[in-house]
Amino acid sequence: MTSDSRTVVVTGIGAFTPLGADAASTWEGLVAGRSGVSLLEEEWAEDLPVRIAARTAVDPGEVLPRPLARKLDRSAQFAVIAAREAWADAGFTASATEEGSPVAPERLGAVVASGIGGVTTLLDQYDVLKEKGVRRVSPHTVPMLMPNSPAANVGLEVGARAGVHTPVSACASGAEAIGYAIEMIRTGRADVVVAGGTEAAIHPLPIVAFANMMAMSKNNEHPQEASRPYDKARDGFVLGEGAGVVVLESAEHAAARGARVYCEAVGQGLSSDAHHIAQPEPTGSGVARAIAQLLESSDVDPAEIVHVNAHATSTPQGDTAEIKALRRVLGDHLDHIAISATKSMTGHLLGGAGGIETVATVLALHHRVAPPTINVDDLDPEVDADIVIGEPRALPAEGRLTALNNSFGFGGHNVVLAFRTV
Amino acid sequence: MATQEEILEGLAEIVNEIAGIPTEDVQLDKSFTDDLDVDSLSMVEVVVAAEERFDVKIPDDEVKNLKTVGDAVNYIVANS
Repeated sequence: MTSDSRTVVVTGIGAFTPLGADAASTWEGLVAGRSGVSLLEEEWAEDLPVRIAARTAVDPGEVLPRPLARKLDRSAQFAVIAAREAWADAGFTASATEEGSPVAPERLGAVVASGIGGVTTLLDQYDVLKEKGVRRVSPHTVPMLMPNSPAANVGLEVGARAGVHTPVSACASGAEAIGYAIEMIRTGRADVVVAGGTEAAIHPLPIVAFANMMAMSKNNEHPQEASRPYDKARDGFVLGEGAGVVVLESAEHAAARGARVYCEAVGQGLSSDAHHIAQPEPTGSGVARAIAQLLESSDVDPAEIVHVNAHATSTPQGDTAEIKALRRVLGDHLDHIAISATKSMTGHLLGGAGGIETVATVLALHHRVAPPTINVDDLDPEVDADIVIGEPRALPAEGRLTALNNSFGFGGHNVVLAFRTV
Repeated sequence: MATQEEILEGLAEIVNEIAGIPTEDVQLDKSFTDDLDVDSLSMVEVVVAAEERFDVKIPDDEVKNLKTVGDAVNYIVANS
């Protein structure tokens, strides 16, 4: 086997989301069709056009010791919590820098991304500067707000010395991070990589800014029904927060240490639109090229694809463009593919979406169950595909299954990740 | 003016808040960096909190001389 064709597998998962403080409770919430969206009770939200969001189910301050939490932006707090879970889930008990570690730190990487980094730290510290003066601005501000902070802190946590990276591509960031990690292992730079996405942007400025782009749902009266991908009445996304992290590993390395394998991380397809800075290309041609590139660059068999965790953010244009792209590339195969829009339950975690949706995709293959899409009361007739509506659906009990996880971002970034049962 | 004992007690509370070290472990002979898990960034926080609590100015140039808790207590006693 050449070094550029090394098989990559998923050996650990972790999640800290609006549905639960770990991957198991998040999965339970997804399968139950539970919404994590609620009305924002904070005083600052009172006069905003959008007053709904999907907060994490548990406050990270309840999980992390205070001296650590106060040096981390909320996005890095989520990432560290999810990474700890994934690391332990993969069977690692200590930092790779400790003696006797099953992976050498020089063979371990960390790739964690967010869409807009430590935005709450930046804005909060500017408030401190204005209200309390120069001396009170935290000396931790820069290491907290820099976009690579979650990756760097996860790298410190697990002892990663093969490289710590942060590919930033708005709402495709988390997926791009996982794709980057797959390549790190495939090209031989690392044996194990902790990878995922995180986001913590529930703050008046980002909310107002997204709302002024006409990108967000303003359904403040019915928070749990606001995120409704594929429904005719969808009116924009609902902002969510949290993180999803996986441990990726070369199949050889995982086998050598007897690790439990969830599935294979087969590969990725990437493209960019060159269409508009924020609007999706309406025919889905960029997304179609990403899917086509995945099929050309990997041995994914379209006949084996049984599930897609769609990007589907609940915006009028984006949801249908993605379906058109899937139909264009996969043709009749799309008829046997169960499509789930889990953002109907978690809201849209921006750069965190690719992280938690990868965890959802891995668990869908592991349990052979596609989670439901909630709030589809009146399916948009333009959605010419098999959407899993209302209830979870069993995937084929036998045979090798492949699932895709789509993520797209402002700027025209398209990332498609493929996973397969082993 | 605060006594040496009161200053030690106050610093112990500050170090506990910032680094999570139990207050009883914050003793005069302890080094901030080596014993109390206070790195150079957190030391800035300790200094700012001490300035407010004890109404004293600790110039940036002086901070590097405050290696132990005792150094800080002595500086505050002499300058507040």
